Amino acid sequence: MSIFIDRETPVIVQGITGKMARFHTADMIAYGTNVVGGVVPGKGGQTVEGVPVFDTVEEAVERTGAEASLVFVPPPFAADSIMEAADAGIRYCVCITDGIPAQDMIRVKRYMYRYPRERRMVLTGPNCAGTISPGKALLGIMPGHIYLPGPVGIIGRSGTLGYEAAAQLKEHGIGVSTSVGIGGDPINGSSFKDILHRFEQDDETHVICMIGEIGGPQEAEAAAYIRDHVSKPVIAYVAGLTAPKGRTMGHAGAIISAFGESASEKVEILTAAGVTVAPNPAVIGDTIARVMREAA
Amino acid sequence: MDIHEYQAKEILANFGVDIPPGALAYSPEQAAYRAREIGGDRWVVKAQVHAGGRGKAGGVKVCSSDAEIQETCENLFGRKLVTHQTGPEGKGIYRVYVEGAVPIEREIYLGFVLDRSSQRVMIVASAEGGMEIEEISAEKPDSIVRATVEPAVGLQDFQCRQIAFKLGIDPALTARMVRTLQGCYQAFSEYDATMVEINPLVITGDNRILALDAKMTFDDNALFRHPHISELRDKSQEDPRESRAADRGLSYVGLDGNIGCIVNGAGLAMATMDTIKLAGGEPANFLDIGGGATPERVAKAFRLVMSDSNVQAVLVNIFAGINRCDWVAEGVVQALKEVQVEVPVIVRLAGTNVEEGQKILAKSGLPIIRARTLMEAAERAVGAWQNDLSENTIVRAVQ
Repeated sequence: MSIFIDRETPVIVQGITGKMARFHTADMIAYGTNVVGGVVPGKGGQTVEGVPVFDTVEEAVERTGAEASLVFVPPPFAADSIMEAADAGIRYCVCITDGIPAQDMIRVKRYMYRYPRERRMVLTGPNCAGTISPGKALLGIMPGHIYLPGPVGIIGRSGTLGYEAAAQLKEHGIGVSTSVGIGGDPINGSSFKDILHRFEQDDETHVICMIGEIGGPQEAEAAAYIRDHVSKPVIAYVAGLTAPKGRTMGHAGAIISAFGESASEKVEILTAAGVTVAPNPAVIGDTIARVMREAA
Repeated sequence: MDIHEYQAKEILANFGVDIPPGALAYSPEQAAYRAREIGGDRWVVKAQVHAGGRGKAGGVKVCSSDAEIQETCENLFGRKLVTHQTGPEGKGIYRVYVEGAVPIEREIYLGFVLDRSSQRVMIVASAEGGMEIEEISAEKPDSIVRATVEPAVGLQDFQCRQIAFKLGIDPALTARMVRTLQGCYQAFSEYDATMVEINPLVITGDNRILALDAKMTFDDNALFRHPHISELRDKSQEDPRESRAADRGLSYVGLDGNIGCIVNGAGLAMATMDTIKLAGGEPANFLDIGGGATPERVAKAFRLVMSDSNVQAVLVNIFAGINRCDWVAEGVVQALKEVQVEVPVIVRLAGTNVEEGQKILAKSGLPIIRARTLMEAAERAVGAWQNDLSENTIVRAVQ
């Protein structure tokens, strides 16, 4: 199967009665995702987009066998919802919500570690576009039609920049095994490194594309991991060469506050680790195509 | 969100951190009066602006008389203080803080930050106080002491003692130091701070531990649960365009270039700026209008970008994922009819229904320059800006 989700993976949507959640639930079902239910406290018994709503994640898991969850809950309550999913035995959770307080996320991460590794939930996001395994399942808000199925694994912080990369690949006739958004927040469920590890183990992924941006140490940590543990070719792009120091560029995490956090420094660190860096966002597709030709 | 030094000190003092006696003033006369209230014969007058490096920039003065305080204040009030953190435009001084001077024996650096590697709150301390942390980590990296806080149980006293001993603080003062560190951490976690910095934390000749300066930054995402912190927002310290954008739910950062940018998504917005630079131009701003590019948002974005008089071309780059390009195109057309835009507008649409979107732009009769790819858009924007420049030069030459 793909790294997180497959055609059969039973999915629930937390906060399914909201306008955004409803819209994207319909979209995911149309794409072929196996959406089996939703959770909204106090709204159990209703039906949304043809699937049943439950009061708790625990009940949803018991009744539907859900393994994955998509969180659309508003920021003040999102951390609580993620912990509820972790406790109910959900294996993979994607949180779309933008604007969760950083200290809430610190608590979420600590909470997830109370479970032994074999039953510990994997979280990607928050503040991300979700995960898609083209032709199989979509757990997120991305437009499914811009992705062809294929051998490239994509990891990125930004939603629309990830779309840009996928669309450029499609122009080349190159497809995607899975695309994972790790989100633009400073404290996030999974890092580049965590997803790189998955792609390295994944038979369907032959090439990895990593889309980073200014701020934080995760690109540099990924570079060290790639150098020591990744055998597949990695292509990267880092956004924000023109971003000034000390200013937050939209994403809460996109701020240069220490050495190694600017785009040029990250490019340097990645290049030194053997990663092929696309010099600008317009040639991400071209660069991947070239690396794939050379590898073939 | 940043707050002023005097506000940070008040918060920290409420959590048991000791501070020198001080008071706020809005005029030179008030400052002198405050100094008399505080007593003593030496005071420090400190400009209250949201930036570090005030001392070197002349924003902090030691005074020893009424007249000196008044004179110092006359020079500070209404002025823009330019420090290495403010940018060349500086930040306005509208408040000063007057503090009784204290006899300093030792200076310590103390910071609490969100550490993105460990994904936890981290304490950073150094015996080399007074210097900035960047300088300390470049010049005296061995002097830095670090500790991370386990979120389930919070900061423990033994960790505080470890820090105190590693900094070489007199064992008689360990308990005071523990109280100071615990106070800072409680303020940090209680109010959802992202940074607390005391530089310097001083040990006085009479064995007190005092926060001589204090900086606090708060998590914007958590302000909803701290209304009394939100109230401390000081718009006089913000770029007016950025505060206007924030009030309208747009994410904007003003820059020095001439090509205005309107983009959906933070990463794509940064990538668009980078491509403009690559094509030989300079972006005038970062602007993320969010996922749904509704006509209202596009119109707001145009108004905001055009409020910067340096803007000589506008590049719109929208990747329509869930929304469709035809709908975004209608939004752009509607916005351009509502908002007076007298500079070249370059529009690049990608994603769902891109052909229909292009048709709508073409049929609108508006002088929109269309582009298919990101690179093409950036090149056309830079080309249009340069053309516009040379045309203006010709007009001026003819006149």
